[in-house]
Amino acid sequence: MDSFITILQLFDSTIRLSAPLLLACLAGLYSERAGIFDIGLEGKMLAGAFAAGAVATWYGSASLGLLAAIAVSVALGLVHGFASITHRGNQIVSGVAINFIAAGTTVILGQAWFHQGGRTPSLPNTARFNAINLPGAETLREIPIIGPIYFELISGHSILVYLAFLLVPFTWWVLYRTRFGLRLRAVGENPAAVDTAGISVPWLRYRAVICCGILCGVAGAYLATAQGAGFVKDMTAGKGYIALAALIFAKWRPVQAMYACLLFGFLDALGIRLQGQTLPLIGEVPVQLMQALPYILTIILLAGFIGKAIPPKAGGVAYVKER
Amino acid sequence: MSQPFAKLPAWADYGLLPLINLIVAFFVAGLVVLLVGESPIEAAVLMVKGAFGSGDGVGYTLYYATNFIFTGLCVAVAFHCGLFNIGGEGQAYIGGLGVAFIGLGLGDTLPWWVVFPLAIIASGIAGALWALIPAWLQARRGSHVVITTIMFNFIAASIMVYIVVQILKPMNIQSPETRVFGAGGQLPSLGWLLNSVGLNMRSAPLNLSFLIALVAAFLVWVLIWRTKLGYEIRTMGFSPKAARYAGISELRIIIITMMISGALAGMMALNPIMGAQHRLQLDFVAGAGFVGIAVALMGRSHPVGIVLAAILFGMLYQGGAEIAFDMPNISRDMIVIIQGLVILFAGALEHMFRPTLQRLFHSLTRKKDGTAHALAGGSQ
Repeated sequence: MDSFITILQLFDSTIRLSAPLLLACLAGLYSERAGIFDIGLEGKMLAGAFAAGAVATWYGSASLGLLAAIAVSVALGLVHGFASITHRGNQIVSGVAINFIAAGTTVILGQAWFHQGGRTPSLPNTARFNAINLPGAETLREIPIIGPIYFELISGHSILVYLAFLLVPFTWWVLYRTRFGLRLRAVGENPAAVDTAGISVPWLRYRAVICCGILCGVAGAYLATAQGAGFVKDMTAGKGYIALAALIFAKWRPVQAMYACLLFGFLDALGIRLQGQTLPLIGEVPVQLMQALPYILTIILLAGFIGKAIPPKAGGVAYVKER
Repeated sequence: MSQPFAKLPAWADYGLLPLINLIVAFFVAGLVVLLVGESPIEAAVLMVKGAFGSGDGVGYTLYYATNFIFTGLCVAVAFHCGLFNIGGEGQAYIGGLGVAFIGLGLGDTLPWWVVFPLAIIASGIAGALWALIPAWLQARRGSHVVITTIMFNFIAASIMVYIVVQILKPMNIQSPETRVFGAGGQLPSLGWLLNSVGLNMRSAPLNLSFLIALVAAFLVWVLIWRTKLGYEIRTMGFSPKAARYAGISELRIIIITMMISGALAGMMALNPIMGAQHRLQLDFVAGAGFVGIAVALMGRSHPVGIVLAAILFGMLYQGGAEIAFDMPNISRDMIVIIQGLVILFAGALEHMFRPTLQRLFHSLTRKKDGTAHALAGGSQ
């Protein structure tokens, strides 16, 4: 029974850790499916986290923090759009720039406004997204197997976690069952065809970039006001890049993106769990190996050993109307 | 739209346009300084004074510039081939392993002038090997080199933490670093160079690798513009189709270019490890690999431009450290913003001002042409 609970707790922290990855990964999905590569997920998430932390500190409201996070992240997304859609600049370069601008600005503003070495003050529980106990969690807890699963695993997450996982079927529906989704996918594969149909390629791509900004903002708000209690310098710590890796791993598909994020979240949770412990047969597993595993797996995927990842055909290419 | 744009004269393309982009980037950075309640002009004065106002300021500025010359060249060589090597950070990191290998192994017994060339080779090879797999994946599998090099940055960081903490760190030291190299693993300072122009460098760590960086910049110029290989690299960068048609092997060029690029990044490790700290400290790269992107974009991938841009960023690093004393709200992270803005305006938005400038030059030249025609008509 004890090991059962341990495993449940491991899965529980897997869900917590994969939620921000999933949000960022879906964010990247909207953008990249429309043909705009986005290395800047990391920066948008970071800026969103800072905005959420700062606004939640000032107004004591997590929801306002979330709105601020979305606003800031969308603004950065629009900068990316302005550079790569309007001015046909290099999308990778633009994304890299956004990451640096976010990394620097959050620390400088954080230090100037809060004087705590780049972090925002610790948030009270009233200014955070708290865990929600689903109905009946306490009463069902005593039922063997199902009870603990319901109590530990499914109940007791913040609303943003549920939002992240609900966004998976929603994104699938948008992408494959709506007109917008069809056009979004088309503009990522063959923008000329979309243009011929009389639909504005830039406007469509701008909308994709805005979707991406919204979700990155939510991911950032999750880090600062749900998982943590306030913004900490360099809080994303490469999560944006892991989300990017997950997106490639999922071959730019929403449901698979969820599996990839759960896998990477699980590796993260396992790494934390195994820290300093010795396993039978293997011995002590270096934490560094666990940290590097998502990247190594993605490289192996890219090398073509686990199927082939084919990005959207027009990804990274600015559309020139006049040809 | 299809109005014929005049080709910009070289001085405008390589001088004026980068300057405009730079000014805009600094202008926006100034707004951030205003936002935290300090005066941008005062900050700029403090920065320049901190970087060039004293002998050790100059020493530190050029010391940082050394790192950025190497990483800037790394990014630029890849740019010429149409590749975006974002992995300078990881390649420099692994390059440090090569330097430490030589420094720890031979530093106690051999003099520095024997150890140094070996260390250059070892760091270059280590960096080149770290770039090999992304290069191969790009050339053979078509997986984007940007993605793979990002991944390799993280893998390099994990590997280095493991190696330094678990293997290289002596038992009696708490912080994650190797033991100090022997006398042979320490590069001579360039204090005499600054003394000769009347500056006292004091404890600034400017060392011989600065000159190596300048030599590397010259060699990159020779490679790109004066050799057959460089011609092939540029052809591949301009038009992969044309290169293929001309019988240039894509696989070979991509792998060679990326390995040269990785080797340049790896050599950056010489400066902090052999030149300054005389031991391998964790995190010695400290973002220099990423600064290289800004430096290469600003220097327009030309070695001369890169050296100038590297000195500018060296100034920002050194001056930024000095500013923090007088303006506690501004830390070195300000440089990260400036770096981001430079990448944005000189890189992603490089076309923003170009059409305006082209139109301007177009109208200027047309006027001149018009008067010439009129004169010619009058004389007949």
